[in-house]
Amino acid sequence: MDDTRPAPIEVHDLTVAYRHRPVLWDVDVTFPEGNLIAVCGPNGAGKSTLIKAILGLVPLASGRVSIFGKPAGEVRKLVAYVPQRESVDWDFPTTALDVVLMGRYGHIPLFGRPRARDWEIARHSLDKVGMLEFADRQISQLSGGQQQRVFLARALAQQTRVYLMDEPFAGVDAATEKAIVALLRDLREQGCTVAVVHHDLQSVPEYFDSVMLLNLRMVAFGPVESTFTTENLNKTYGGRLNLLTEVGEKLRRRQWSARR
Amino acid sequence: MNGAGAAAALPPWLDFFTFREPNVRLILAGCVLLGVSAGAIGCFALLRKRALLGDALAHAALPGVCAAFMLTGTKDPVIILAGAVASCWTGAIAIDLISRYTRVKEESALGMVLSVFFGAGILLLTYIQHSGNAAQAGLDKFLFGQASAMLDRDVGTLAIAAALMLAAVALAYKEFKVVSFDPQFARSIGLPTRSIETALATLTVLAVAIGLQAVGVVLMAAMLVTPAASARYWTDHLGRMVLLSGAFGALSGAIGTYVSYLGPRMPTGPWMVVAATLVFTASLLFAPGRGLVARVLLMRRLRRKTAEENILRTLYLNGERAGAMDAPCSMTRLMQYRAMNAWALERTLARLKGRGLVREGEDGTFALTGAGVERGARLTRLHRLWELYLTRKLEIAPDHVHDDAEEIEHIITPELEARLVAALNDPAEDPHAQRIPPGPGAGNVVV
Repeated sequence: MDDTRPAPIEVHDLTVAYRHRPVLWDVDVTFPEGNLIAVCGPNGAGKSTLIKAILGLVPLASGRVSIFGKPAGEVRKLVAYVPQRESVDWDFPTTALDVVLMGRYGHIPLFGRPRARDWEIARHSLDKVGMLEFADRQISQLSGGQQQRVFLARALAQQTRVYLMDEPFAGVDAATEKAIVALLRDLREQGCTVAVVHHDLQSVPEYFDSVMLLNLRMVAFGPVESTFTTENLNKTYGGRLNLLTEVGEKLRRRQWSARR
Repeated sequence: MNGAGAAAALPPWLDFFTFREPNVRLILAGCVLLGVSAGAIGCFALLRKRALLGDALAHAALPGVCAAFMLTGTKDPVIILAGAVASCWTGAIAIDLISRYTRVKEESALGMVLSVFFGAGILLLTYIQHSGNAAQAGLDKFLFGQASAMLDRDVGTLAIAAALMLAAVALAYKEFKVVSFDPQFARSIGLPTRSIETALATLTVLAVAIGLQAVGVVLMAAMLVTPAASARYWTDHLGRMVLLSGAFGALSGAIGTYVSYLGPRMPTGPWMVVAATLVFTASLLFAPGRGLVARVLLMRRLRRKTAEENILRTLYLNGERAGAMDAPCSMTRLMQYRAMNAWALERTLARLKGRGLVREGEDGTFALTGAGVERGARLTRLHRLWELYLTRKLEIAPDHVHDDAEEIEHIITPELEARLVAALNDPAEDPHAQRIPPGPGAGNVVV
């Protein structure tokens, strides 16, 4: 890899707090290019929060995020986001293709209309996740796995080089899991960087190159072979992190801002 | 507004449709315009689950209306509208601040703002009414609206506002759509979601404010939400939903105007709401697919199919026991097998006979035809395959599996059947050691 090229995502000393209670402490991490990265940790470890902080969807208490060497706020469009499936109401009156087309909205001027090329890219993206035959299906009539694939297709339609996915494997069928894995490998081959919030520890070595272990702070980050060790996993999942949670709770009660 | 003096002696219910009375035209135009704009914008309020916000905002308009009058001493539509909008906005901001910075949840904040603002409005209204200012007459009409009091200038203001609002929806349709569906994603692709959400809130405020004169603060929220909720029943496409909702709003406006034209004591605004509710009721009942009638018909069809399939399987079992698949079976026997009343059984048998699956003997007995045997065999096969699957793969006791299989046999598709057969290695017997009839394409198992 070219060392002079800035990394797709660099996170410096990131702290995020909800209502004065810090949910992520001092995270420092650099995602290398062309890597499939699993972000793992117990419930409430701050995995989704990390993704949202990188995307600028939650306010940072401290720290900064740069994307390809530029402040995240300026180049947000370079990162495609796949939110958790449950984060939207699937009874919304729209079709699968329409949702995928939303991936193009960042490329269309404000108040502009999608062009033939945008439609084409949307169809192509839907095809890539094996969902083209459901293009005109109302989204509530899709299965959970199919809905997940629609979200992935929407991210593909953004045609970027960095992808952040929040639990794309949660509650999907075998066919969808296969489709997502194939897609991830495809993206890696194209040199894209993908960070995936992932719950199933068993499949981490099979699906990913690197792993980030997170539990309110970053426990470890690195290649799966050297980082995905029993010791690190125990540190992430085992200890109750008593001190950190307790201090966080205190801050919340006394309404101190974590350094603001 | 009574057509009796007109030259042509048309009855009033027909005379309305000549639209020759300027006053009728004016009120009709006003009500239709406000119906269209509230209907169109209400779709986004409904989809963003902000329907209650519309109600709170409408009530929050009252103190603004009164304050505007107190400050200027006129009921000029532009001034009143400005007062209403300012007051709605204050309410909206109050709701936002309360739910963001206190422990009070948003719906409680909505309730608080609604009642506090409305109370303040009533207070001001009472004060104005006792102030002896003659110009105040009619201000209380903002509670329930009085469309017949609309003047040229009122409808003109309303028309301009409605045109601007509809233009905004057409222009920012794409942005409104993505923000309504997935606001976080919209932000992640760099859209100015804060501004888009503010625009949507402004449109909601405007839609409510322009309807105050005709429909009133108490009922205006209904014109925002009801047409949108009705439209959702008929389509799965946002664009069509917005158009349809606008049309339903317009229709309600027209009906309200018409009813109050026929009965001069009938208030227009409340009748608009009644009309919108009737449209909603019709949608709830008759919309294809989602409507209640469609769902009841579907359920009835499924129930009939289940009853038919149960009889076919019972006749098949009877044949198995008798050693001849076309063995006749009496009604009494059938009723012993199946907990069905005689009437339902007779009708089911009649349908099966009509479809050539069952034939009736001269002695009143019933037997399967060739086609009936085939269907019965397949159903029995599915039933026994499922029983076997439950006992073998899920380790459920054989005496617990019958009732499940009774349901599942009706819904297994050929694809599922193929997977079951593969999972069970094309079995020959079920857990009760009964033969599983071979499938249509299945080769015989080598013994």
